[in-house]
Amino acid sequence: MRPTLAVWKFASCDGCQLTLLDCEDELLAVAESVEIASFTEMSSATVDGPYDVSLVEGSITTAADAERIRAVREASGILVTIGACAAAGGIQALRNFTTVASLAGSVYAHPEYLDTLETSTAISDHVPVDIELRGCPVDRHQLLEAITALLAGRRPVLASYSVCQECKQRGTVCLMVAHGQACLGPATRAGCGALCPSLDRPCFGCFGPAESANTASLATRLGEIGASGSEIRRLFRTFNAAAPEFEKESVAHDA
Amino acid sequence: MAEARAVLLGTDGIERLVGLLAGRGYRTLGPVVADGAIVPGPVNSSADLPRGVHDDQSPGSYRLSRDDDPSLFAWAVGPRSWKAELFPPGAVVFRTSGTGSEVQVVPVLDDAAPVAFVGARPCELAALGILDRVLGASEHPDPLYSARRAAAFVAVVECARPAPTCFCTSMGTGPAAGAGFDLALTELVGDGGHRFIARAGSSVGDSVLAELGGRPVPPAAWDERAELLERSEAAMSRRLDTDGLAALLARNLEHPRWDDVAERCLSCGNCTLVCPTCFCSALDDVSDLSGATERRRRWDSCFDLGYSEVHGGPVRSSTRSRYRQWATHKLSTWFDQFQTAGCVGCGRCITWCPVGIDITEEAAAIRASDGETVRKDGQA
Ligand code: SF4
Ligand code: SF4
Ligand code: SF4
Ligand code: SF4
Repeated sequence: MRPTLAVWKFASCDGCQLTLLDCEDELLAVAESVEIASFTEMSSATVDGPYDVSLVEGSITTAADAERIRAVREASGILVTIGACAAAGGIQALRNFTTVASLAGSVYAHPEYLDTLETSTAISDHVPVDIELRGCPVDRHQLLEAITALLAGRRPVLASYSVCQECKQRGTVCLMVAHGQACLGPATRAGCGALCPSLDRPCFGCFGPAESANTASLATRLGEIGASGSEIRRLFRTFNAAAPEFEKESVAHDA
Repeated sequence: MAEARAVLLGTDGIERLVGLLAGRGYRTLGPVVADGAIVPGPVNSSADLPRGVHDDQSPGSYRLSRDDDPSLFAWAVGPRSWKAELFPPGAVVFRTSGTGSEVQVVPVLDDAAPVAFVGARPCELAALGILDRVLGASEHPDPLYSARRAAAFVAVVECARPAPTCFCTSMGTGPAAGAGFDLALTELVGDGGHRFIARAGSSVGDSVLAELGGRPVPPAAWDERAELLERSEAAMSRRLDTDGLAALLARNLEHPRWDDVAERCLSCGNCTLVCPTCFCSALDDVSDLSGATERRRRWDSCFDLGYSEVHGGPVRSSTRSRYRQWATHKLSTWFDQFQTAGCVGCGRCITWCPVGIDITEEAAAIRASDGETVRKDGQA
């Protein structure tokens, strides 16, 4: 019997699930190797659990979701989170730096209908996670590597060093050293293949902190090359705003 | 100066050299401007070379400028060393097909054309010499490196414009070209016009030179070369005091300077990957859904946690221990392993460190307080 795979959505934009659909050619091979038991982005037909592998997208922002993730964990053999929302709370974790009341009033005509938590938190804050795929969105090669590795019963090859190393491996000239651009690559986890720097765009940290991120030293350097305190805060406070290393650094630059 | 064979070439000589190398089947790489830096790239004519382009380097910073200087080689090393051509950042070691008892190992053959480097710098030549010892002359020579290296043609160009980050004079690797080249060029732009002294350093270089033509080198041109090298040496402000350096670092493993540098170091690994002598690699075994597998090799860095991971976790978990591994390997334990320093003084790790950490400054700081052991955390 083929192993079963389920895909779950929490607070997120669906971009990571779309990355799976984007795998096109490989998706057919994946679909032949596993039984896709639940993936509502792709098909409304679902199969009851338990599931061998669950892919979980999104963060926990409601009490109901905090319950639901426990049920997903219970029903899953291996739980793989996909994306920055699931890994660190996502862009919606900007709420963690203020109050929901102050935000809700400026966005919704009837904020009283909202039933939401004060914070957006990572899946790993609620249940044990077996594999975390980073990025906003995830990298399709990493996604396929994780699924392939799980099917083969081996450990997936996922880097935890800095994006800089991917720049050097692909021969991209450093934007920070050669162009004075503020880049988060030295503190950000590899996995994207240094996508942005290869397109002349400094890394904005969507894979979250690298394994030994020294954000304080990087921030000092960013200041030396011209970034203001608010620019530094902004750099560290985007898709991985609530990742502890990035959060600490952005808070250090709060006016 | 007595040389095996030396000729004086005009600028057309460089054009002829490029054509001749192509004619001999080489894939010629030389310095080209790309993305704001001088990096190895395909050279099909001397027009591809960075005429009048100069680099301005300092710790953590690199900028190019242009002027009407006719020089083609008036710059120092860029971010990419030639290492990448001989010891690529990623390579497939072998593949397998089939499963279970049917597994077949399929060797991967290197079909890259032999490469010619035009415009390697003397320190890079020295770095190739070090890699030859590490990857080529060991008990288990690296097949990919050895084959590519044996087929490679190296035309080195002596340095007329060292960067403030260079310290090859300290390491004895420049600005004049040492041994190991096929061809050594010296670019002269003095009163006598734009000329090149070309010397052969191997039998292949000799035959290339014979085909290149040119005229005998007049004494005035040799004098101009001597003056140029003297000027370059004098211009080199950065120094690394190598006197007893290996022992100095070996007895200062608990020096507080390692804590100090660890506060600045990002553990990003840039220094190791730009270094022309760092040779570490990691192997990844990967499979696809059909069950076919590949063993892949990629550049590794001792700044990664995974580098020292053993059962139970990494041996070097602190940035302090990882920076110390890098610096002591380059300047101390390399001697134990390979009887030379692991550093040729190219300055890349200084320029391309995002926070401008300078290995010469770190070594000097330790020398200045040799024997100090109290760590900032109060530990002895
Ligand atoms: S461009 Fe950014 S990610 Fe790339 S090497 Fe430079 S600092 Fe690192
Ligand atoms: S240690 Fe630094 S200066 Fe020495 S060879 Fe390596 S990159 Fe060049
Ligand atoms: S310094 Fe580090 S990466 Fe370089 S050769 Fe030594 S151990 Fe390897
Ligand atoms: S010394 Fe510089 S380049 Fe090397 S790991 Fe530290 S911060 Fe990165």
